[in-house]
Amino acid sequence: MAQTQVPPEAAKAAHATGNGGPEWRKYISFSTDHKVIGIQYLVTTFLFFLVGGALATAVRTELATPQADFVSRELYNSLFTVHATVMIFLWIVPAGTGGFGNYLIPLMIGARDMAFPKLNAVAFWMIPPGGILLLSSFFVGAPGAGWTSYPPLSTVSGQAGEMIWILSVLILGTSSILGAINFLVTIIKMRMPGMGYNQMPLFCWAMLSASALILLSTPVLAGALILLSFDLIVGTTFFNPTGGGDPIVYQHMFWFYSHPAVYIMILPMFGMISEILPVHARKPIFGYKAIAYSSLAISFLGLIVWAHHMFTSGTPAWLRMFFMITTMIIAVPTGIKVFSWLATLWGGKLRLNSALLFGMGFVSMFVIGGLSGIMVASVPFDIHVHDTYFVVAHLHYVLFGGSMFGIYSGLYHWFPKMTGRMLNETWGKIHFVLTLVGFNMCFLPMHWLGLQGMPRRVAEYDPEFATINLVCTIGSYILAVSTIPFIINAVWSWIYGTKATGNPWQALTLEWQTASPPPVENFYDEPVLWSGPYDYGTDLLQPGEDKSVEELLAEVNANPG
Amino acid sequence: MQGSTVDSGQTALNYQTEAIASGHHGEHPDHRIFGVIMFLVAESMIFLGLFAAYLTFKLNTPDWRPEGESELELLLPGINTLILIASSFVLHQGDSAIKKNNQAGLRIWFGATALMGAVFLCGQIYEYFHLPFGLKSNLFASTFYVLTGFHGLHVLFGLLLILGVLWRSRKSDHYNSEHHFGVEAAELYWHFVDVVWIVLFTLLYLL
Ligand code: HEM
Ligand SMILES: [Cu+2]
Repeated sequence: MAQTQVPPEAAKAAHATGNGGPEWRKYISFSTDHKVIGIQYLVTTFLFFLVGGALATAVRTELATPQADFVSRELYNSLFTVHATVMIFLWIVPAGTGGFGNYLIPLMIGARDMAFPKLNAVAFWMIPPGGILLLSSFFVGAPGAGWTSYPPLSTVSGQAGEMIWILSVLILGTSSILGAINFLVTIIKMRMPGMGYNQMPLFCWAMLSASALILLSTPVLAGALILLSFDLIVGTTFFNPTGGGDPIVYQHMFWFYSHPAVYIMILPMFGMISEILPVHARKPIFGYKAIAYSSLAISFLGLIVWAHHMFTSGTPAWLRMFFMITTMIIAVPTGIKVFSWLATLWGGKLRLNSALLFGMGFVSMFVIGGLSGIMVASVPFDIHVHDTYFVVAHLHYVLFGGSMFGIYSGLYHWFPKMTGRMLNETWGKIHFVLTLVGFNMCFLPMHWLGLQGMPRRVAEYDPEFATINLVCTIGSYILAVSTIPFIINAVWSWIYGTKATGNPWQALTLEWQTASPPPVENFYDEPVLWSGPYDYGTDLLQPGEDKSVEELLAEVNANPG
Repeated sequence: MQGSTVDSGQTALNYQTEAIASGHHGEHPDHRIFGVIMFLVAESMIFLGLFAAYLTFKLNTPDWRPEGESELELLLPGINTLILIASSFVLHQGDSAIKKNNQAGLRIWFGATALMGAVFLCGQIYEYFHLPFGLKSNLFASTFYVLTGFHGLHVLFGLLLILGVLWRSRKSDHYNSEHHFGVEAAELYWHFVDVVWIVLFTLLYLL
């Protein structure tokens, strides 16, 4: 606690990243600066989010009425397939890991860049072609077998589109593996001296766990897709029972990736929320170690529960018990996190700005999704609601409610660091309210639809479900509209927003100890670990006292020790 | 963090000297080898997935190697296997040589490995043309070709790495006892390909 240096003054912030040429140019170049790459990821994936959102609106428009009158049934299948693929492989996974991971990790551990800057750029530049390839499939008959691409359906229908789906997922998967290698090496090898694992910001713990999951599970998906493409192109019968093959093997391989994938998506959000809540609650995080180690526990458990997606696939009863129990055990580390976050908020001096609102939105939406997760984890209940809208509700609460609120929270929190400008709070709050209302209006009623037996992935349905579906569709429109204030806010603020200081939130992690935006190699002087990341000078601050970090640092400097 | 504070004696003081050297835009050799290992972990997972699929297919199929195709000749692949295993040791000699600054040794041993790798690949292709079954004959045949073929691609890639090292080692100062990341990476990769083959051979030919 006795480190006695002051972070670089705001004076140096004036000439932050200038290295000639218009500022925006570097974002369309093959840059090897992790900060540029991080922003490239965030902007690109956000564009794909808008594409995925447009597809979702089309899906919901079709479902506004019970008949399939808006698009054909084939097109409907393609719409929800490409929608899900875009959202998962082109938005949440790359934004959470590639976007925030790249931007934040080197800054948070006091490194000048990622371990392999060129590899990093290569990983990013696989995303746009992969995404464009996927979308181009609409010209040849887009894939329509769902984002799970189960055979035999995927090998009999829409061959060209299905092949494009496989190729683009392979490209995106490779990108994510290359990224994970980079994160693992960076976090393990490049922490600044003095930063042990237990001084590491929680976001880094989360990224460490997520990267390990990517490394261990994504390749198995690649294996499944290689076999699937042989079935598709050459006509082998790996997954085709008529030739002695077994479609269930595909399901196992697919879910061995895709269950961990949900944690690949959510762990970075867990990490970000663990950063954001203490800063805006002005209170140390509750249970640092519990949160850190529970990320590892989630990774490990996440690897062994995949077959809870296959309760109705003829999985033997004893095996279903195993997967049911292990799945429910994941609720323990997850619950530990949730309780730690609540305890962090409890009695804090909350700054109710957009970052914290979205952060709390994240926690509450994720809790709802987690609870329905426990429900579907129990075999008898799952057999009842499997492939109904209940599952759609569950997965959207965790994925969309969880990940998207998490990403937005992160964007509001780190925007000043990334751009050197503050976002507008009023627009941020409008954005939050619209998102919260639209989201719940769209997805909450789906629980009822599912319990009453409305199947998922169908373009037309029994008229008795019409009213609820209409409500959902209106909700989805509100959700679509909710992105507008954010886009206006982000673009406007990036250009004209109030200038941000190096540390506008008085946060304690290292990324705030440099200018906003940080200079090319992140730190002018060596950054200083003057306390653990979340101490908030608790041992310096008297009860009832409210001091900025600068004041506290000055105090520490005055009487070291 | 609750209670634990940072050891101030270790924090910023030696940051300049150490961390800048390693955290700079260049790629630190230690990090690169660690990165290669991570990459090989990912590769192993692809193979593990495929092996698991193979075993599941095998266990669920009553007559796994259908009549008339049951004889997988062991002689040729057996010799091939020995060549591949031996090549790992040969390659290691090259690595030891460069660690003693012996450039010629590096070239000789790596050249020999490249030759052995090429022989292995030729053997595999020869076998493909003389097997009594084709890619689509049955499930066993399909898994056989896809798994050995996928491994063959890895051998080819390893061969290219080795040839790349040989190409670079023309310049006598390119590799030396201090700087030989390329040599080590190629070696690691080759050992990996070798180990995978041993598992593959056991699964496909012996079991
Ligand atoms: C980390 C956050 C989570 C995410 C992102 C997530 C995501 C998903 C997704 C995408 C699906 C649907 C897959 C499909 O069939 O297309 C799903 C289904 C399922 N989830 Fe989650 N989930 C999460 C947490 C949980 C939790 C905490 C549990 C249990 C404790 C759980 C248990 C299940 C089960 C059992 C299913 C299968 C339901 C069925 O298909 O009938 N999930 N989840
Ligand atoms: Cu799952």
